[in-house]
Amino acid sequence: MKFGVIIFPGSNCDHDAYWTIQQVAKQPVTFLWHESHELENCDAIIVPGGFAYGDYLRTGAIAKFSPVMESVKKFAESDGLVLGICNGFQILCEAGLLPGALLRNVGLKYVCKPVQVRVENAETPFTSACHQGEVLTIPIGHMEGNYFCDDATLAELRRDNRILFRYSTRDGEITEAANPNGSMENIAGVCSVGRNVLGMMPHPERSSEPELGCTEGFKVFGSLVGAMATK
Amino acid sequence: MTTSAIPAITPDLIREHGLTPDEYEKIKQLLGGREPTIAELGIFSVMWSEHCSYKSSRVHLKRLPTRSRLVVQGPGENAGIIDIGDGWACAFKIESHNHPSFIEPFQGAATGVGGILRDIFTMGARPVAVMDSLRFGPITNNVARAPSPAAVDSPSSAAKEIHKNHSLLEGVVSGIASYGNCFGVPNLGGETKFERCYSNNPLVNAFALGLVRRDQIFYARAAGEGNPVIYVGAKTGRDGIHGATMASEEFSEGSEAKRPNVQVGDPFLEKLLLEACLEAMQTGAIVGIQDMGAAGLTCSTCEMGARGGVGIEIELDRVPQRETGMTPYEIMLSESQERMLLVAQKGREDEVFRVFQKWGLDAVEVGRVTNDARMRVLEHGHVVAEIPNQALTDDAPVYNRPLKRWEPPVPREMPENIHLGRTTDLTAYLKRLLASPNICGKRWVWQQYDHMVQTNTVEGPGASDAGVIRIKGSQRGLAMALDGNGRWCYLDPRLGAMHAVAEAARNVACTGATPVGATNCLNFGNPEKPHIMWQFSQVIDGITKACEELEVPITGGNVSFYNETLGEGIYPTPVIGIVGILEDVHKAARVHFREVGHTIVLLCATEPGDITDVESEFGSSEYAKEILGTLWGYPPQLDLEKEAALQKVLIEMIQSGLVESAHDCSEGGLAVSLVESTYEKGTGLRASLDSELPAEFVLFGEDASRVVLSCDASNLPRIKQVAVQYGLSADVIGETVPEEVEIKINGQVVVSAGVSELRDVYEKALEQALRTEAEPAMAS
Repeated sequence: MKFGVIIFPGSNCDHDAYWTIQQVAKQPVTFLWHESHELENCDAIIVPGGFAYGDYLRTGAIAKFSPVMESVKKFAESDGLVLGICNGFQILCEAGLLPGALLRNVGLKYVCKPVQVRVENAETPFTSACHQGEVLTIPIGHMEGNYFCDDATLAELRRDNRILFRYSTRDGEITEAANPNGSMENIAGVCSVGRNVLGMMPHPERSSEPELGCTEGFKVFGSLVGAMATK
Repeated sequence: MTTSAIPAITPDLIREHGLTPDEYEKIKQLLGGREPTIAELGIFSVMWSEHCSYKSSRVHLKRLPTRSRLVVQGPGENAGIIDIGDGWACAFKIESHNHPSFIEPFQGAATGVGGILRDIFTMGARPVAVMDSLRFGPITNNVARAPSPAAVDSPSSAAKEIHKNHSLLEGVVSGIASYGNCFGVPNLGGETKFERCYSNNPLVNAFALGLVRRDQIFYARAAGEGNPVIYVGAKTGRDGIHGATMASEEFSEGSEAKRPNVQVGDPFLEKLLLEACLEAMQTGAIVGIQDMGAAGLTCSTCEMGARGGVGIEIELDRVPQRETGMTPYEIMLSESQERMLLVAQKGREDEVFRVFQKWGLDAVEVGRVTNDARMRVLEHGHVVAEIPNQALTDDAPVYNRPLKRWEPPVPREMPENIHLGRTTDLTAYLKRLLASPNICGKRWVWQQYDHMVQTNTVEGPGASDAGVIRIKGSQRGLAMALDGNGRWCYLDPRLGAMHAVAEAARNVACTGATPVGATNCLNFGNPEKPHIMWQFSQVIDGITKACEELEVPITGGNVSFYNETLGEGIYPTPVIGIVGILEDVHKAARVHFREVGHTIVLLCATEPGDITDVESEFGSSEYAKEILGTLWGYPPQLDLEKEAALQKVLIEMIQSGLVESAHDCSEGGLAVSLVESTYEKGTGLRASLDSELPAEFVLFGEDASRVVLSCDASNLPRIKQVAVQYGLSADVIGETVPEEVEIKINGQVVVSAGVSELRDVYEKALEQALRTEAEPAMAS
């Protein structure tokens, strides 16, 4: 059971994800370089946050053409586990591994703060350590996190229970005030049809240790480790 | 020497380069009697500019204490370095980017962050935190104004001024956010202050701190004759030419025409440069490295040579350029960002090239190290500049400029029309203070900054007196704070500067960390005016005294003179950054009351003076500024010996787990400090004070060396015992209660409000101010 964390030029949460997996989840982990097709037999791939290729043109727009993403696509198609965090989510959308797009926040500013998300589906490899409706505190930090998709896609996401996280109040209410960026239906994270690819805007690695003031984000990594063990 | 296409060097040209006739004569003398080439004139002009040469400040800076057993590197390198234990050292520094930020706020502030980050990683340290100290003119109209030499003329010009200040604030904050967020370094806060005098001269001071293994520090020193000199990073363009000279002049009406002098930043490129430099350093093939900041290629070439006692020869044809037809003058003076110059071991160049190639960056051998202590610049093989390093560095002019004692044009005693102690309910005044720009919550600012990346942030912005990070793989943590009070320095530069040091150190101590090193950013007006130079000298004396007493050496920093527009100077504004070590980061204390039922203690190292002193000191407070709309008197007195004791006591109490929260009293006094402690958990307080003084003094007076603690009642005896040992008082003033704030003086209620009500006022004020004032202008 090995994790791989991709490094694109401009990734800046790559070391954070690596640290969380190695030091907190205590799992083997390796970095994967963007120019290589080699996934080194990893069992789960993390596409980390940051500004891949400077986010020039559009967030994730250049990263999707990188050699490593070709391999990640194939990996995902064969049911491999892929977690995209923040910029990673944006890249997975651009690469077509997840539906929809992340638009500029409604406030037009970068927003960094802890937010609450409600777990909408606890029966996935990314959320199995949570229970349905549980509210997790996980920080966000982004300029483009405003999730958008067309109506047909939204209907599909709802029908298949592929919306895994929604921004909520502490009590689990889905309100406009709890929505930090204007995301459609307060969507904070969605998964693929096969439930093996998750993209989420909040950074679970930023709330995975008591020193950081909160450990609830670790449930995402904990779920993944559990899923890999049973796979 | 080639002489082709050289414009004649005329007195006008010399003046345009910011050089005096005497300085020009000295240049000729240092060149062995000959005239400089135009490229050489440009090189001298930037290296001898105030910004690079510190010619007016050097004689004074020498007085600063710069040593301790933990100082690994003091002033003179790209950043200072302190040994923090467990094999780690930290490199840190603060630098100003005031002039560019006024001309082009977004890029000016962004490249300020970029520059300070390069100063850190050029030493081999990975930047792990940044902070900023920002100062602007007023952003609201509803405050009574402190008297200023430049009085407000008409309502429409006031509205214009406020609108301009909004756009400066917006631009600076988004510039800082854009650069730091992309680079991936957490911003732990700092300070954002507003005073009239900064309207046409905002201050943007950027601080950065990096971690490096004690035995893996790199220096900006060239060595080894024949070693290759390698240029890495961005290509050179025409941007930023004469940035350093621009920063060494006052502003006039036409300053905005200098916008092209402001550099444009690319944080993505800087991130690649960081990773590539740190990786290249690991190869062991790098001898020395320096970033190209102010004065670009010129500065890095001659300073690296000078520090190593060697020469450097470069061929400009090899310098990567993004424009065609650049002259040697332009290439040498360009301040294009995200560039570094390094010296590698001969024969191991390829190891270095491979790393930069991996990160997609230019890395080109542009020259070599020579043994003649000269900087030699060639174009197409012909020498276009040849100058002894010494001439540009140690032999640069040093001025002992005239000083003239100066009195601010304000009364020293409380004006007779001020009447205090007449109102019994001060809740409304408290709310106005909480909503005032200097005191209100700055969430609108820091929420735009990524303050959590790198997953080390234990205390981020807004939550604490100081930022705190952990050090991965160690129990230790680092605390850091920036502080300065221009208004106090205006009233008394020496005392104001002592306060800046004391408060920054106190903020660090409030987390339980021991202050170990300081960096300073000294923002002043025109040093050619004797009263400005006097202020500067006084400030240096104040910093020196406070740093000595509190045992925090200055390890580096920056001086920014000529902060004047149309002859109108800013308040003398030293900003002090202090770094402290936490032996165990898990024990870091927080500002906020934790729970109901805790005892509130005022730890205090000051004794109230007589009523005349108190009245006189009250004139420098935020209350006087915001509520009374006037300014008089002096900053509060400061007893550094007691301040040092206070900090020792704090650290001891926090490390032995006696206190639950600690927050110092600063702007807005005891009342504001108490209320700020309630925000996070919504835990309120009931406090009871006794005093013969008017209630305004008791609540809002800004006496120094006071800290609000909360603790479990069972720890009280030990807290008192420790305090008494050090000669301090530790008086119980109240307890924490659910959701309400009530303060009594002599048994009478003077403040009564809900926590959420006060928090709302505090949290919403800044955004409201920006929205209210900005909208009409935006609609036009």
